[in-house]
Amino acid sequence: MSIIIHKNTKILVQGFTGKIGSFHAEEMIKYGSNVVGGVTPGKGGMTHLNLPVFNTVKEAVDQTGASTSILFVPPAFAADSAMEAADAGIKTCVAITDGIPSHDMVKIKRYMRRYPKDKKMGLVGPNCAGIISPGKSMLGIMPGHIYKEGKIGIVSRSGTLGYEAAQQLKDLEIGVSTSVGIGGDPINGSSFKDIIEKFENDDETIAVLIIGEIGGPQEVEAGQFAKENMSKPVIAYIAGLTAPKGRVMGHAGAIVSAYGESAIEKVELLKECGVTISKNPSVMGETVKKVLVENNLN
Amino acid sequence: MDIHEYQAKKILSDFGVKIPTGGIVYSPENAENKAREIGGSKWVVKAQVHSGARGKAGGIIICNSPLEVADATDKLLGKKLITNQTGPEGKIINRIYIEEATDIKHELYLGLVFDRSSESIMVVASTEGGMSVEEISKEKPETIIRSKIEVAVGIQQFQAREIAFGLGIESKLISRAANTIIGCYKAFSELDATMVEVNPLVVSHQDEILALDCKMSFDNNAMFRRDEIAELRDKTQENSNEVYASDRGMNYVSLDGNIGNIINGAGLAMASMDMIKLAGGEPANFLDVGGGATPEKIVKAFKLISMDTKVKVILVNIFAGINRCDWVAEGIVQALSKIEIKHPLVIRLAGTNVEKGNEILKKSNINYIEASTLEDAANKAVKALG
Repeated sequence: MSIIIHKNTKILVQGFTGKIGSFHAEEMIKYGSNVVGGVTPGKGGMTHLNLPVFNTVKEAVDQTGASTSILFVPPAFAADSAMEAADAGIKTCVAITDGIPSHDMVKIKRYMRRYPKDKKMGLVGPNCAGIISPGKSMLGIMPGHIYKEGKIGIVSRSGTLGYEAAQQLKDLEIGVSTSVGIGGDPINGSSFKDIIEKFENDDETIAVLIIGEIGGPQEVEAGQFAKENMSKPVIAYIAGLTAPKGRVMGHAGAIVSAYGESAIEKVELLKECGVTISKNPSVMGETVKKVLVENNLN
Repeated sequence: MDIHEYQAKKILSDFGVKIPTGGIVYSPENAENKAREIGGSKWVVKAQVHSGARGKAGGIIICNSPLEVADATDKLLGKKLITNQTGPEGKIINRIYIEEATDIKHELYLGLVFDRSSESIMVVASTEGGMSVEEISKEKPETIIRSKIEVAVGIQQFQAREIAFGLGIESKLISRAANTIIGCYKAFSELDATMVEVNPLVVSHQDEILALDCKMSFDNNAMFRRDEIAELRDKTQENSNEVYASDRGMNYVSLDGNIGNIINGAGLAMASMDMIKLAGGEPANFLDVGGGATPEKIVKAFKLISMDTKVKVILVNIFAGINRCDWVAEGIVQALSKIEIKHPLVIRLAGTNVEKGNEILKKSNINYIEASTLEDAANKAVKALG
């Protein structure tokens, strides 16, 4: 198995008829993802990319049985769309949108708490590349062909750095079970810990690569979780060794504001948790390979 | 986005937080009149720059007459204030805030930030006002009070009271202190702030609770719905290249080194900077041209980097995903036909259609050094420094 998305996962595209939504929906369909329709309020009843368009997520879920959505809605309306998905019974929503205000993200997360655990939506992102289970389904904006089918789980805040890792692994003939982009925002839907927990419970995944960066507590929280709960080896690379303190480095969440948030501190804290560190971004693939050999997993 | 002290104080006072009487001035004459208008016998002249630690740097002057106020203003206006937060280049003083002096009994610390672990708003307070929060956490961690606020219902009176009691505030002043804390919370939550820091918050001998100094930062992502805040931006307080970049939708941070770089994606940009450092060089900047890396963006990026006089070598590192390397290569060729680059140029392309991309670069007449991996690119850039 892979995590979160599989071969037949039924996907809705929120912000389907817009330029970006259309472009990526088409890429996803080409990859083989099971896109069953989309939502654009006011355009219900139309057909777009040979698929039905609905006015509301509820209607779309009723008609198509979709369990998953991907969101390309502009920042000002994204929070509303994510909450609409949660209310319509969507199980996983990937928010690609970059630029959602932090106060809106906090609001979405509070809103989602009203649902019992088995009905609660999992939000991934925002400001992320999405999710791919190579050879099965793509729910994101990544170049699908750089991912080889295989057994390594990848979870990354950065999009392009995640691509870099997938390419390095592919060059070493190592494949990926699922790769998840959790996004670069300070408040995000799923944390590293949320995702590595799923990888630990996935039969197909044999090791996990975490690609983190400066800012926030999530990498270290994941390290502590791995130390206490994981049997599978965890490898990590943390970007931003040279990033100055107190400055936002592109991603809204990439800012060092407390102890434990700089790259050096994160690396030290992760090592203490037994995580193998890729010492630079050029050797993420090699480091994974070395760990596989050491653990007789290759 | 940061704003000035006087702007932050105005906002807080709109939310019921008490501040000393004061006014903004732009000339010594103006300052003298303002001091007379405020009245009293002691004033504080405060340089308005986007930095803390202004007092230690000479940016805050206590004066005993309106004439002294004029002199102090004359001394500060138009100068660059160099604090331990501004870097050696300092920040220009274009505005001066004149305030009545406060008769301080206690100095306290009050800050509000997002707590990324609990995804709530965290109020941080301490009896050790006047010190930075980092110093307090290091030297007097036992004095720190933290209170998580549930955003759905907002701050409650009892929570504000608990903090006030925790700060050792006298019973008769508790409701005043609580209202101050609630005012700060409302400003934070209603205006898309990411930070409110009142340091010091003081209790005066006249039993007033006053915000003596205040810093506020706002979420850039929320500016589309905060015209009244966006308007407070003072670009003279920002690095001019950073302003140029942010006005054109690029994420750019100026750094001290001499290897300029153009990269797509924030994570990859940080990683490339790290590689430069590991190879023995120093990055001149952080620049994320965005996942798309369209030809237009590449042109703008080259323009931006060539404005930086520190730069001696330029490193381009693009991982092309949906956009293909051949397309990116065409963008680079196009950009270089428009701008003259005098420095050695190292280019590393990766991802979709990388062979085609490299071929386009080779066939063009641009003078560059080809690199294959991240590591190779960084090594070649450092070597090109000579």
